[in-house]
Amino acid sequence: MQRLRTILAITAVRLSIAYSLIFGLVAVIIVMYLTGSTVGIIRRQIQDSINTEVADLSTVYERGGINGLMRVLERNASAPGANIYIVSDPTGNIVAANILDIESGVINHEGWTNHPFAYTRHQDNGARTWTAMARVVELPNGMRMLVGRDLGDPERFRAIVGRALFLALAAMLALGVLTWFVVGRRALKRLDLVSKSTARILAGDHRERLPLSGAGDEFDRLSARLNGMLDRIHLLDDGLKQVSDNIAHDLKTPLTRLRNKADTALSEARSTDEMRAALGEVIADTDQIIKTFNALLMISRVESGSAVTGLSSLDLTAIIKDVAELYVPVAEDEGFATRVEIAEGLRVTGSRELLAQALSNLVENAMKYGRDPARKPLLSIAAKTEGRNIRICIGDNGPGIAEPDREKVTERFTRLEKSRTLPGNGLGLSLVRAVAVLHEGSLELSDAKPGLAACILLPSEGGNR
Amino acid sequence: MRILIIEDDREAATWLSKALKEAGHVSELAGNGEEGLHQASTARFDVMIVDRMMPRLDGLEMLKRLRADGNDTPALILSALGQVDDRVEGLRSGGDDYLSKPYAISELLARIEVLARRRRPEDAETRIVVGDLELDRLSHTVKRDGKAIPLQPREYRLLEYLMRNAGKVVTRTMLLEEVWDYHFDPQTNVIDVHVSRLRGKIDKDFGHQMLQTVRGAGYILRPAQDS
Repeated sequence: MQRLRTILAITAVRLSIAYSLIFGLVAVIIVMYLTGSTVGIIRRQIQDSINTEVADLSTVYERGGINGLMRVLERNASAPGANIYIVSDPTGNIVAANILDIESGVINHEGWTNHPFAYTRHQDNGARTWTAMARVVELPNGMRMLVGRDLGDPERFRAIVGRALFLALAAMLALGVLTWFVVGRRALKRLDLVSKSTARILAGDHRERLPLSGAGDEFDRLSARLNGMLDRIHLLDDGLKQVSDNIAHDLKTPLTRLRNKADTALSEARSTDEMRAALGEVIADTDQIIKTFNALLMISRVESGSAVTGLSSLDLTAIIKDVAELYVPVAEDEGFATRVEIAEGLRVTGSRELLAQALSNLVENAMKYGRDPARKPLLSIAAKTEGRNIRICIGDNGPGIAEPDREKVTERFTRLEKSRTLPGNGLGLSLVRAVAVLHEGSLELSDAKPGLAACILLPSEGGNR
Repeated sequence: MRILIIEDDREAATWLSKALKEAGHVSELAGNGEEGLHQASTARFDVMIVDRMMPRLDGLEMLKRLRADGNDTPALILSALGQVDDRVEGLRSGGDDYLSKPYAISELLARIEVLARRRRPEDAETRIVVGDLELDRLSHTVKRDGKAIPLQPREYRLLEYLMRNAGKVVTRTMLLEEVWDYHFDPQTNVIDVHVSRLRGKIDKDFGHQMLQTVRGAGYILRPAQDS
């Protein structure tokens, strides 16, 4: 019962039941109408032929009197499939007939019999009752003549149609039930699977996905979409989890250091000057933590697109040149060879401040991590048009980043093993990527052979024309 | 200087007022935007320090009303929000400078000194002279002791800013904002390198070092007679 209710709850099943009922009803109405009119037509044909025969027989009587009529009747009656002929005297006693017996009183009413009457035949010795319709005529001599036709044909037709209708309806019902069974059960099974998967996902198995049957039907399409959604949620969720784990971890370290410094100062500092120095360090550490928070906030605001309200048309060449001009002297002071190749006339739609900050992050990274003791360090800043994009590359000739780590380093707080000792918060590349994405571009890290090439690809203004 | 502090956080306001007093300034406190509006319109101050987020009437709205009334007291907006758009919004509302919390007190002191001077229409001056250093804003030339010193465009702007604020401490952040128009915080000592290059050009061949480093704060350009 419960199962039936569940099946009935499926839209497809409810719809097919409704369709079957409507179709069945229409079919019954059509068949009844057709049968009714066909039977009517057959009856009218019978009446016509009886009328014709009565007219013929009347002529025979006029010419040959009762004897002539009787002769013709006898001949007609012996023909195969003959009509019913009865002749009676004026009181209704049967004088001659080609049937065994007839419903009493039928012969007494002149004209068409009001309804089909019963009669019995010689052939089966009255074992069976037949029905017929007939016309009774009074002959000029007062005798009566009945000409009738057995109604077997229309009755049989009606029965055949009725049986056919019954069979058709039964077949339809069986087919319908079978269809529900197959389709409904299948749908039910699929839904069961989906709902079980969902339950497992809810229970915490975030790797579970909805099953696909491979049929490519709407169930599969829906499942595929939902799976895509789950993948995306999973990815975001992972990112979020990683971020909060990292935040917890990365903020705990400086906070612990901060606490230890304060603790040491409290227990060991003897003079006001020592206290002062310790407090200075505490403030510097606190500022660093706040900077980390600000950087995190900045990244999430850039990622959500709320960092800037209006992007404007910018002279990208000037922006890159400004950044180069700001950093090249620093790099030179630190012993870097520098190479700057910036194409003229580059334009993008965006935020000058964010682009400058992203570029300065990349340049600072190159100067911080791009050193290889075996070589004279090199900082290169290059920008050029590449198809519809602008490619801005900041390169170094340092140790580079191994292929498997390249995706990872753009995630928040990722710091590679060999760079952990250098100052930094692991947020620089996350911001660069967020800025690139905000400008509908991307960040590409590749092997500069030797060193790392960090390239920002931005859609060139007017490049998409 | 007479300074109006408009800040709803009493603890922060008291701390700020104490720090200003130590630096030789006189300050008055207003606890919310409405009070601030009243005090700023009834008394004259050299600078006001306005907290951005306040109950009743927030800092930006208060500034808009003051500016609409024709009050042009320089205003430094303090805010926990420090991103590009917040800054732009703050400056559009009538703020003259924007500092995100937390800030170093030396940064704030340097900024209000510069703000208080900004009122004077010195931008119209075509020549700025500090001691024996001379900057011609029409020909973009710099001379010290009558000797021309060739400068890169950025070095020229850096020096111009330092000269306009001669005798006052300017912080690295102020230089980055004013000379490069960057509002982010570089990790490396970029400004130091540029200042030191400039110093190499204007001070190297002369006895007196005009461009001096103020430890823990920034830089100051001082004419010889001041030292």
